[in-house]
Amino acid sequence: MDEPTARAASAAIEPERYELAEPGRYRFDLDRRGFLRVLTAMGGGLLVISTVPVVAQQETGRGGAQGLATDALAGWLHIGPNGRVTVYTGKVEIGQNVRTSLAQTVADELCVPMGVISLVMADTDLTPFDPGTFGSRTTPTMAPQLARAAATAREMLLDLAAAHWQVARQTLGIKDGTISDSLGHTISFGELTRGQNLTGVVSSQAPEESRDRWAVRGEPLHKVNARDIVTGRHEYPPDVIRPNLLVGRVIRPPALGATVKTVDDSHARAMPGVIVVRDGEFIGVVAPNERLAKTAAAAVVVEWNLPTGLPTSETIFDYLRQTAQPAQGRGGGGDPLGAAASPPSASPTSTRSFDATYRIPYIAHVPLEPRAAVAEWTGDKVTVWTGTQRPFGVRSDVARAFHLADDRVRVIVPDMGSGYGGKHTVDAATEAARLAKAAGRPVKIVYTRAEEFMWGYFRPAGVITISAGVDAAGRLAFWHFDNYNSGSSGLNTPYAVAAKREQFHSAESPLKQGSYRGLAATANHYAREMQMDAIARALGRDAVDFRLAHITDPRLRAVLTTVARKAGWPNTSRPGLGLGIACGTEKGSYIATAAEVSRTPDGFKVERLVAAFECGAIVNPDGLRHQVEGAIVQGLGGALFESIRFADGKILNGTMAQYRVPRFRDVPPIDITLIDRRDLPSAGAGETPIVCVAPAIGSAVRAFGTVDTALPVALKA
Amino acid sequence: MPQFDLRINGKTHQVDGAPDDSLLSVLRYELNLTGSKFGCGEGQCGACTVLVDGLAVRSCVTRIGPVAGKAITTIEAIANGDALHPVQEAFIEADAFQCGYCTTGMVMATIGLLRTTPNPSEAEIARLMDRNVCRCGAYPRIVKAIKLAVDKNRQAGIRS
Repeated sequence: MDEPTARAASAAIEPERYELAEPGRYRFDLDRRGFLRVLTAMGGGLLVISTVPVVAQQETGRGGAQGLATDALAGWLHIGPNGRVTVYTGKVEIGQNVRTSLAQTVADELCVPMGVISLVMADTDLTPFDPGTFGSRTTPTMAPQLARAAATAREMLLDLAAAHWQVARQTLGIKDGTISDSLGHTISFGELTRGQNLTGVVSSQAPEESRDRWAVRGEPLHKVNARDIVTGRHEYPPDVIRPNLLVGRVIRPPALGATVKTVDDSHARAMPGVIVVRDGEFIGVVAPNERLAKTAAAAVVVEWNLPTGLPTSETIFDYLRQTAQPAQGRGGGGDPLGAAASPPSASPTSTRSFDATYRIPYIAHVPLEPRAAVAEWTGDKVTVWTGTQRPFGVRSDVARAFHLADDRVRVIVPDMGSGYGGKHTVDAATEAARLAKAAGRPVKIVYTRAEEFMWGYFRPAGVITISAGVDAAGRLAFWHFDNYNSGSSGLNTPYAVAAKREQFHSAESPLKQGSYRGLAATANHYAREMQMDAIARALGRDAVDFRLAHITDPRLRAVLTTVARKAGWPNTSRPGLGLGIACGTEKGSYIATAAEVSRTPDGFKVERLVAAFECGAIVNPDGLRHQVEGAIVQGLGGALFESIRFADGKILNGTMAQYRVPRFRDVPPIDITLIDRRDLPSAGAGETPIVCVAPAIGSAVRAFGTVDTALPVALKA
Repeated sequence: MPQFDLRINGKTHQVDGAPDDSLLSVLRYELNLTGSKFGCGEGQCGACTVLVDGLAVRSCVTRIGPVAGKAITTIEAIANGDALHPVQEAFIEADAFQCGYCTTGMVMATIGLLRTTPNPSEAEIARLMDRNVCRCGAYPRIVKAIKLAVDKNRQAGIRS
């Protein structure tokens, strides 16, 4: 195995700005006859396949769509002779509730009860190719795809019933998995399809059901597998058990960038039942149980070459500026580094300018379920159960590591213990496969919390410089916004400005960095909204009025005015508090957040949060409220205390005791208003609500003094 | 290697090991009881919470030596056949989880909490549950679930 190459390949696709568009090298090479064989093996029934490009367009900004499978056939939906409906999707359930919301979509379109639907998700041998579960794409793209598949099946069933009774199709009714005619005869879907091998092809042009006819969609249903979760019966990736399972551990360097100097594994090799695997820089052990694996790993003595002269969490911001590349991306014109600081020549009318530099630290996802994988070889094919947001991407990573064709690797992702953008690459899969190959038996690897911190990846650190000018009439005259390293999501201001330049500069990152819920939109919103707030204050303008004077988009105006009203803006609920507000739009949805804070001896405390969110038509209001609430709570961490400390390639606070995440006591009352726009298509909702938490808090804290232009929010001493 | 008699869910298991072996490791890797989750291994997140003689403990930092012979209860023994425990019902009704990875630990911690504090205030819930982490941020709903469980317990007349 070529471990360093596998790692380099992983690293190359991590940065969020590329939103991880693995080219779709995979094809479902079954033709229609192939699907008939599959269908026969399923016991017959009705199978809906599609010829549409199954890979969604990615937001790469660099035309990453080349090589995508455009004419693949994929099986999406099967109705068995027993009336059971099986739906296939490459999406992953990571707590965002799509196993339920996608089933609601199918239930509605196919006219069946929720209880007969099963979703097969994220199994690379069974489900259509999918680029990954990220970017809030499941509801906007996968739900319509499954709706079209379900509608195709429904129309075929109506045709079958019409032929069966020799009546006109429009005289038939369809409900609860049963078709009825005007004389009161009924026939179930199972009876209609029994003993048949029917395939239907859905085209991308199939009409979509009108949103005003939603029945199951729009309902606040409980999670379909809630019972398995509360009883502990659900098997998360670290819970997978296979016959003759062994336990593996990888011997990790003490620092990123360290390399092996010498290894003494003689003590570990002498332990009964222990296997030591060495392959290039890769060193791992396998043992019959976790206790022995841990002991054996500790018995391997390695001397390391340690890196020197790396930036620290204190020097990182200078380092990012120094290593920045020329600007790229939206609004950029290839301006040289530092151009933002130069006087804007295009803005002769400006009378006052406002410059600031914002610093954003690396932060960690800390999914409660750490990286884990179970690998099992059968001949030259390996099956890996793992937790990842990119099952097909991990399949490709594993295949490459072993020089295998993709179809020699099967990746299965059980509904997993969250990701938040942090599980796009999962080296545990390759590591478990390497150890299992050596052991000749299935091997499980579960990362320790320290491994998860150090060998996962982080939300990128960044520096954001803003130079803004306001004319004599109090309107924004120019807006120069430069983001170094943290990313380009949410880079563009929604405010009307006469002259603007918004640029992203990539830089060298000393730590592994990658995707995160909301990507760089949180950093960019923090800087932009704090700056808008600062300008409004300097001009003596109301922060809401000042924003509204620069917003034309009615959807953004609606969330901002809703939150202002709900929060009682501009009045605090009692004297002595600070009230702050922020708004923004990202990935097609709209968020505004207000925060109320009190003064404490050592700083401040968040007393109340108010949010308004709009993402078009709402599929599952309860699931949506959950996502908005969760995003806001997660946003509290980055706003108030999360920050990775590092030096010499080592993470200095990589434990749960040292790295604080939001807990019960940190969560204030949260008042959420959801604006349902049935007249608009549904946008994704899992990410955007996070982006305005920090600037709302930051602006509120300004009631007590000067706030540092950095995250986490802190009063200047 | 010494042997320890671990009384888990009413059944005694003889486990080979050292006295400072982690209870969670034994549960998950040797007894295949995977309902208790590994989250941090530091006793900081509560995903591994079990009951020892009725009290909620973090099994990842609990050593098997000191708990040998004591009554250990894991999430696997909380429902009575198909009948869920009131706390489990409350978590479903309040939709108190997203990914659900913290949920079994939250349920066990709640059962432990309600044994010592049958009718906790919101402030008590926040204080006494503070070492259980829900990274998805379902805290407001978990608080709601715990209050719902209090009502259910009261209706069922369970006071102990």
